[in-house]
Amino acid sequence: MAARGIGGRVAIVGMGCTSFGDLPGRGVDDLLVDAALEAVASTRLEIGDVDAFWLGTYASSVAGTTLSKPLKLDGKPVSRNENFCVTGSDAFRNACFAVASGAYDVAMAIGAEKTGDTGTAGVPGTPPPGDGTLLEITPPGLFGYLSDGYLAAYGISPEELKTALTHISYKNHANGVDNPRAAYRQLISKERIASTPNLAGNLSLLDCGGLTDGGAAAIVCRAEDAHRYTDTPIYVHGMGMAVGPGTGAIDPAYDYTGFPEVAAAGREAYRQAGVTDVPAQIGMAEVHDCFTVTELVLMEDLQFTPRGTSWRAVLDGAFDRDGMLPVNPDGGLQSFGHPIGASGIRMLFECWLQLRGEAGRRQLDLDGRFAMTQNLGGWPGECVAFVSVLGGERAAEVG
Amino acid sequence: MAGVISYGTHVPVHRLDAAAVRAAHGAGGGQGRRAVACFDEDTTTMGVEAARRALAGDLLAPSWIWFATSRPAYLEKTNAAAIHAALGLPRDVGATDVAGAVRSGAGALRAALQSPAPALAVLSDIRVGAPNGPDELGGGDGAAAFVATGGDEPVVAELIGSGAATEEHLDRWRLPEAAVPRRWEESFGAKISAGLAADATATALAAAGVAADDVRHLVVAAANPRARRAVARAAGVPAEALVDLAGEIGAAGAADAGLGLVAALDRAAAGETIVLLAVGDGVEALVFRATELLAERRAQAADPLARQLAAAREGLPYGRYLSWRGLIDVEPPRKAAPAPPAAPVAHRRRAWKFGIEATRCRACGTRQLPPQRVCHACRAVDRMDREPMREVRGRLVAHTVDRLAWSPSPPAVFGVVDFDGGGRAELELTETAPEDLVPGRRVALTFRVMATRDGQHNYFWKARPVMEED
Repeated sequence: MAARGIGGRVAIVGMGCTSFGDLPGRGVDDLLVDAALEAVASTRLEIGDVDAFWLGTYASSVAGTTLSKPLKLDGKPVSRNENFCVTGSDAFRNACFAVASGAYDVAMAIGAEKTGDTGTAGVPGTPPPGDGTLLEITPPGLFGYLSDGYLAAYGISPEELKTALTHISYKNHANGVDNPRAAYRQLISKERIASTPNLAGNLSLLDCGGLTDGGAAAIVCRAEDAHRYTDTPIYVHGMGMAVGPGTGAIDPAYDYTGFPEVAAAGREAYRQAGVTDVPAQIGMAEVHDCFTVTELVLMEDLQFTPRGTSWRAVLDGAFDRDGMLPVNPDGGLQSFGHPIGASGIRMLFECWLQLRGEAGRRQLDLDGRFAMTQNLGGWPGECVAFVSVLGGERAAEVG
Repeated sequence: MAGVISYGTHVPVHRLDAAAVRAAHGAGGGQGRRAVACFDEDTTTMGVEAARRALAGDLLAPSWIWFATSRPAYLEKTNAAAIHAALGLPRDVGATDVAGAVRSGAGALRAALQSPAPALAVLSDIRVGAPNGPDELGGGDGAAAFVATGGDEPVVAELIGSGAATEEHLDRWRLPEAAVPRRWEESFGAKISAGLAADATATALAAAGVAADDVRHLVVAAANPRARRAVARAAGVPAEALVDLAGEIGAAGAADAGLGLVAALDRAAAGETIVLLAVGDGVEALVFRATELLAERRAQAADPLARQLAAAREGLPYGRYLSWRGLIDVEPPRKAAPAPPAAPVAHRRRAWKFGIEATRCRACGTRQLPPQRVCHACRAVDRMDREPMREVRGRLVAHTVDRLAWSPSPPAVFGVVDFDGGGRAELELTETAPEDLVPGRRVALTFRVMATRDGQHNYFWKARPVMEED
């Protein structure tokens, strides 16, 4: 038995993405309606032409009716999907499988999240009844372990590490300035970033992608049908997903220098897409920069740089918008914040714009190379990981 | 022979200085200091810590737990059952609370001394007084535990006599719902207690066949400081015999008699006589004689009282003290507070939650915690042996000072700990100083209150930094 994938068989023919931010005037229903209708408007389809829906939301609601009610979908299948912060990507993955299998001609993946209604900080949602031994540690606390792991493994100084993290924060915030959909569009000086007090470990507010509200949607079909719905489709060349056994916090072999699940998902997506030289074949990447230190180690998990060298590559500007491999040209989670169910599809949206030449002032010269997204949920040691490779040209099926 | 087989203490590390209290209330002066339980300690958790030391790393198997405190973590519920669970004791070990009165400490010890098989007496207290009052500064927090027997096991201190005198009067009292005790004018209680002490001591020394002049160590446990002094005089024993921890810990309520007895045992030579007088609407007198085994026991003690006293951390801010004891409400973190544990989940996972048990794979020998069914190393299914982690130490691999996390006393500190002999766990850290938070720092497990929410205490284990030679 083997994971064969559906590389090359699916196209994205329409996408929509709301502005992200603290949006007290918008409910999850508003975000879903806006994202869905924007996606439909980018195609030659009507909403009624979409045969099936995959809805990604972490904690803003529970069932498929969350989507069918505001949009008045009448009898269409809607699956609600939740998978930590990979929720949006997993909804997309399932929609792709649905059209690749032939079960449906056109499917929509849509994700949205309201995080601002609780009045308290932190990821919304209520855990199931427990024994009281789950720690109250926050996501920045958990991801902060990466700093200790990285320092111990590679022998660099805390100051060198912090300088690299500062650069990542600066870069992603700077990228977001040119993005009208981003939540935070301020250019922030490195001095201010470096001097902001830490919230958890060596991560300050400006190292964290905050929680925001937002929605995003993608319409997919079989690759051969794509031009029926749009003149400028993009194609899904590979998708990898890996869910780890969650043993990082119980197995002393785990060293907190990265995400084995991300590395595995990347290998699978690259294989399907025929990517053998990652820095040469990938023209841009949207990665899960929930924290600056996450982006730092992802550069190694995704084979952008060898192990132990990403901090140097970051400081050398390798992942800047004009660098070797631009990472998070839309501003990433640092600029968009993180409406959990929407983020994975928001990453796809930037690839959609860039591959179609619609990114405006952020437009990159991809020169025929792939764009990719990487989305992760959980935390170091217990992770759900997704990687997709996308291209502007339809590929021969690799499988 | 009836007597004490083993003993241990737990003295919290924090100290509140009288001068800081006085200054906070706009007054000058103030002398002395008291021991203060950490925000994540209660009388149950401190009792567990003392009992671990008394049980000498699970070498001793008590038949019963007698738990005494004036400030039980729960009423109605048996707090000794949580101690039983945290110590991983067998199901057939009984558990009884003797709670409410400060004199119940001596009562729990006496119950163990009368037990036909070795029993565990756990004396633990947190003393709270009205702010800026004498009990706030004169009280102290701590716990002592004894494995004692009325049977014929070898003992380190033999019970050679006892006596009691009881007489109803008002000295210190507290309604169940009240935060702090009330006091009558102190010389009244002192005078009555002195008379009761003279009678009880005479009875006990007569039973022991010991002359008052031959008593080498006198322990007086009393919440009323004036009564403490009066009783010491009334006992009629040499003045230099008095063992006084008031300057180190404070008057520790139901634990006072236990902590004093441990201090005496830690200095007594074989054959010397110790008199313990516990005051509280009467006086209870116990007379012990140290045996030849005492020196051996002392040499084996992992964490003796003197060492715990030396580990004191001075300078607890008064505001922090008040918030820890619930005397002021500080602004809570802007974060959803954790839900209390669900009873069925806590029960079915009690070997982990209370007993901190790991599993070790029979197929490949890998230790893993919390307990697993499928081995993460070799994938063997349901081939696990249970293994207590209570006394296993480890080293810190990674840590985070998390200023966003919900905590009763922010900031919370979390860390990943690799244990000696294998296994890793992510745990909350407690009682850390900045210099402790480095990779490789040695840590030990300690039983604590994670949070108290909706009228429920959530108990679990944390890691605390320890000196390597501990």
